[in-house]
Amino acid sequence: MSAERRPDLRVSLSADPARPLELPNPIVTASGCFASGREIDRFFDIGGLGAVVVKSLTLEPRLGLPTPRMVETDSGMLNAIGLQNPGVDAWLANDLPWLAERGVRTIVSLAGKTVAEYRTLAERVRGQPGIAAIEANISCPNVEDRGMVFAAREEATRDAISQVTRVSAVPVFAKLTPDVTDIAAIAAAAVEAGATGVSLINTLSGMAIDVETGRPRLGGVTGGLSGPAIRPVAVRAIHEVHRALPDLPIIGMGGVRSVPDVVELIMAGASAVAVGTATFADPFATLELVEGLPDWLAERGYRSVRQLRGAVQA
Amino acid sequence: MSTVPGRGQPTPYTRGREDGPVRSVCEVLAYRKIGAYHQLTIVAPDIAARATPGQFVSLAVEGGGTILRRPFSITGVSQHGPWAGTIDVVLDVVGPGTAWLAGRSKHDVVDVVGPLGRGFPLPRQPATCLLVGGGYGAAPLLYLAAQLQHRGHRVDLLFGAKTGERIFNAIEGKRQASSTRFTTEDGSFGTQGRVTDVLPDIATSTGAEAIYACGPMGMLAAVAAQARERRLPCQVSVEELMGCGVGVCNTCVVPYRRRDGLANVRACYEGPVLDAKRVVWEAIGTTAMAGEPVEQGDAS
Repeated sequence: MSAERRPDLRVSLSADPARPLELPNPIVTASGCFASGREIDRFFDIGGLGAVVVKSLTLEPRLGLPTPRMVETDSGMLNAIGLQNPGVDAWLANDLPWLAERGVRTIVSLAGKTVAEYRTLAERVRGQPGIAAIEANISCPNVEDRGMVFAAREEATRDAISQVTRVSAVPVFAKLTPDVTDIAAIAAAAVEAGATGVSLINTLSGMAIDVETGRPRLGGVTGGLSGPAIRPVAVRAIHEVHRALPDLPIIGMGGVRSVPDVVELIMAGASAVAVGTATFADPFATLELVEGLPDWLAERGYRSVRQLRGAVQA
Repeated sequence: MSTVPGRGQPTPYTRGREDGPVRSVCEVLAYRKIGAYHQLTIVAPDIAARATPGQFVSLAVEGGGTILRRPFSITGVSQHGPWAGTIDVVLDVVGPGTAWLAGRSKHDVVDVVGPLGRGFPLPRQPATCLLVGGGYGAAPLLYLAAQLQHRGHRVDLLFGAKTGERIFNAIEGKRQASSTRFTTEDGSFGTQGRVTDVLPDIATSTGAEAIYACGPMGMLAAVAAQARERRLPCQVSVEELMGCGVGVCNTCVVPYRRRDGLANVRACYEGPVLDAKRVVWEAIGTTAMAGEPVEQGDAS
């Protein structure tokens, strides 16, 4: 196949000309699954990925939850890490310069405990070189109070996201949980608050019990379910939001391992696709999707990955 | 080995940079049962050339809805002979993934990522080293013993387990050390008791100047306490449940006093070999490290 007939992998993740976000390919990392970037860069140049979404940052450093923090379940895994991170200031000082130096398109994930903290976090990262976008994590399942999952309610979603969009000069994505009755309504609330797009889906809240001891298998008792087990949930959530808000950019994620998995999320309505748990099983997972996608498209006569967005005939 | 793009290539298919860890699809050269454990010899020239004692590899497994790799210590490497680079790994069957691996035999193919993690730092001056292993925690210590002896250090081994069949590879241990001592909790092999019952006497009689240990956390905590009493440097290889093995999932954390303050470090990335005196033994697996946020600084 000649170079000029390689399918076009470029995607746009922003409809706002004042805050554009163009990626050379649609494969990005899922937050919390790529650490600082250095770990996987030992294996390959991570600058070739569409973008890197970093582990959620909080205002203060957090040590996270006690072990055991992970349990493998049928075709998936539960995690209860508890947002362990060095804090936004340490990340800006130690990790962002490394990413920026390598030309990595960095999407910074922010997690506030309060509405006001989202604004403070957005102010801290504003104007920092190398940050392509913000993903506001308003749906982490591993927080002390489930009532504090902002993305569980439209009003709380609007409050948290508006704090970020008010100060951000870059596109803002709201990361949503599928653990709601009407995810399209939550997405609409994020849009009203000025979100550029949404990230679908965060892990599902789950729990596993060791029946020999009668104890929960996670130190944090409940955790977030990820992996292939949740991919159908992701496809459904993306489909519902895309149908309700066809122009809204969507970063899709949930159990993606193979090129057909990527295409499935794009056909449901994703503009880009994030890969998380698959990197745990294979450090090359993201790179191999970037490499494998053009062949899959070319073999079927597609010229651009954008042709497939929302192409499901439902 | 050059980088070969794509899958379905002849083994070993290897992918990675010029240094650091790689992913290799490799052939099993030999399978051996050793007591209660299973040892696989794998043709992995790149990993064999890059590994140091204390590092580990993670192997893909199949069956039972498993999605994650399983981590295993490297118990030996060979860079000679017709296969030009093999590694030995030891496994204990604890679930469907390890059961699948234990069923591999010669010519089967396994998918290996490694070498991973921080290995054992070696003494700069000739030293007398006591290597203390619990169960199959002895596996990386045999690789370390070979390297220490090769560099002119004195090696004494102390291996313990619940039962005699869970003492890993006693014969190989005797070949690689100036002295060996075994303990079992049921008294079926060696001295009845635990390694820490006999460690003080052995440390005194051999004139130990450094301790290296690998085994369950409880044993490591006890060995670390004895090393501290004797003011001996002690490096431990910790066993903590891992998710990814490559430093990105934050599952295998160990509370640790870093120079810049208290942190949950990753057994797979900053470890598995850690400085025993910096591990916060009393906080492992407890809520002492939970609760948010924490003050940075000396928490000891």
